[in-house]
Amino acid sequence: MCPCESLVKEVDPRTDSTQSEPVLLGQIDASLRGPVALFFWKALGWLLVGTVLALISAIKLANPEFLAGHEFLTYGRVFAAAMDSLIYGWGCQAAFAVALWLMARLCRTQVKHLGVLYVAWAFWNLAVFWGVVDIFLAGPTSMPGLDLPPQAAPLMGFSYVMIAMWAVLCFHYRAPGPVYVSQWFLLAALLLFPWIGFTAEWAIFFAPARGVVQSLVNVWYVNSLLWLWFAPVALAVIYYLLPKILGRPIFGYYLSVMVFWTLIAFGGWAGPHYLVYGPVPAWVQSVGIVGNVMLVVPVLVASLNLLITAARNPQDVWQSPVLRFAVFGALALAFAGFIGAWASSRDIGLVVNLTQFTLGHALNLFYAFFSMAMFAAMYYIIPRVLGREWPSAILIKTHFWSSALGSAALVFALYFFGWRQGMAMDNPEVDFISIVKAGGFLNEVRITAVALIAIGQLVLMVNFGWMAAGAVCECGCSCLARLGLFPAGGKAR
Amino acid sequence: MKNLSVLYCGILAVLIAPWCGLILASNVQYGGLQPGATEDGDPVYPKPASGIAEQGRQVYIEMGCVYCHTQQPRPASAEVMLVQTVKTKEGPKIEPVFLSPDIARAWAKRGAVARDYIYQSRPLLGFMRIGPDLADVGAHPIAAADSDWLYLHLYDPQIKSPGSVMPPFRFLFTLQKIGDQPTPAALKLPDSEPLRAPAGYEIVPTGRAKALVAYLRSLNMDYELPEVAYP
Repeated sequence: MCPCESLVKEVDPRTDSTQSEPVLLGQIDASLRGPVALFFWKALGWLLVGTVLALISAIKLANPEFLAGHEFLTYGRVFAAAMDSLIYGWGCQAAFAVALWLMARLCRTQVKHLGVLYVAWAFWNLAVFWGVVDIFLAGPTSMPGLDLPPQAAPLMGFSYVMIAMWAVLCFHYRAPGPVYVSQWFLLAALLLFPWIGFTAEWAIFFAPARGVVQSLVNVWYVNSLLWLWFAPVALAVIYYLLPKILGRPIFGYYLSVMVFWTLIAFGGWAGPHYLVYGPVPAWVQSVGIVGNVMLVVPVLVASLNLLITAARNPQDVWQSPVLRFAVFGALALAFAGFIGAWASSRDIGLVVNLTQFTLGHALNLFYAFFSMAMFAAMYYIIPRVLGREWPSAILIKTHFWSSALGSAALVFALYFFGWRQGMAMDNPEVDFISIVKAGGFLNEVRITAVALIAIGQLVLMVNFGWMAAGAVCECGCSCLARLGLFPAGGKAR
Repeated sequence: MKNLSVLYCGILAVLIAPWCGLILASNVQYGGLQPGATEDGDPVYPKPASGIAEQGRQVYIEMGCVYCHTQQPRPASAEVMLVQTVKTKEGPKIEPVFLSPDIARAWAKRGAVARDYIYQSRPLLGFMRIGPDLADVGAHPIAAADSDWLYLHLYDPQIKSPGSVMPPFRFLFTLQKIGDQPTPAALKLPDSEPLRAPAGYEIVPTGRAKALVAYLRSLNMDYELPEVAYP
């Protein structure tokens, strides 16, 4: 057998299709136990780190003397570290876990050679950790969303390939039958993310373009990250979970094809709307505005698809913790789509651009939509891969309410803060200190909301840790029993 | 959803189209801009920054100043309507006036264009104005009139703009014993400042603070370009 053939045989993730469906699904879940649990666990750790850093930076905006006087804790560094911990530590790792599990499930395939995934997991976390420490010690690159040192990028790229290839392989070797729309979203996201990441790193750091072309690449990257990486993964999750748990198909499923194509077709063009009235030619700004307005199409159709499906069984949605998170995410997506399209016109953009409104919109998408969808996925996936139930229903409820109220309060506070800031900034008779203070009590709302979100995440970590500790204990006991060191039949079931 | 070649081709198209349409087209159109003069024979602008200003740019980048300060004043076309009371012979009258807020705030005399940034190894446009725009701060009347303004503002922003939420950059200054003569660059802190030097000591800016101030002073758009004139 030639080496290529043996390699192909080695990575072939196809399963024994003669087995019954439940046995097969159980095997797939079990095969991904380690990597999925580790990615989720580390993702949650980074989420907590990022949220605490976001809390510190929010407090610094209210009281600049808070933790002042230390270079590594200056506002610019804390804010950049918060953003990048959230994007690369939390967002990407949660997306990896979801993509691996969902792809394997939908394709009826098993990932082999988990060692590769463990190595990739370790290197990805090492790269993010190194990058965040570097932001504190040496400073950010000052390219929003790309603040990790460019030297970390090759390591992250390598890890990414090691992770994503398994999901793509699963799709390639999928079981015969129709392909579900979640698979489309995942495949597109997995293929698009390395491209936008590579080209952005290349055109900004490794072979820098001249002048504002770099800034254009930067806004293109941030926007593509939101709409072509995080959004498709979150949509894949919601499109999967809603019909699965409700036991009925998506309302108007055929429209999801339109969601897919319009999302990936317009998502890449919307970036320059951040630069309206900025130092780029008018045509670039117009393209950004058109792209952003056109994104209403996928957002509207997807939310109609999902929310009508949910509205037909409101009782079931309310009772399922997974669906509560998923439907909250779908609502947040609808809201972000409309607000984004409204705000991208030149007149409104003049007010809201360059204010906290921009951050509010990014968090509306990243936190209230994407992260809530990832929480939904965690509540569904983790019990299946660990083979245990969530230990505490009260902790799940606490997490839901603190996340839902916290993210809604945060997003609204930033929208209103930004609007008031923008209105004050556009009136030259208002002095600048009044603009700084324009937020008023909204800054306190923001701090409270971030604190509430952090508490929710801590609660989820406790719940997850509790469950994982049980699983580890059980596994350890059964190993000991097998070795004859522990009485079998007791706790070590 | 049976025709998967359409899916692969579609994803490929999405990879290529925005990249070519936005980034590549921009690079072709204004990625190779050269300094320009308004009329033949006039001096060309922009000018490259001095060495110390380039070092200061690095300090500006490392401190993450970009997360609060933009460097992209908006053009005169970004004007807003304000209602103003105007005195006329028939008595006070309310009239609308159109103003570009950034220009009215003396943040710049004109809007920024792509050519302004050609010598910036990393353009720092920023995306949020928690503090004012700094693209033309070197030419700002306050900073130009008072050479200590920027140093004092970096040491403790409350001295020059009470109520500011800017963090203090005290770590860019050092405390040292006064030698035979006080250092000319030592900060002249007001009596109200809580963090003053003890008797016999003085607070002097470090090399990084000097570079940062040199960079901020180098930021100016005090010139016209072929594509943009003062309104």
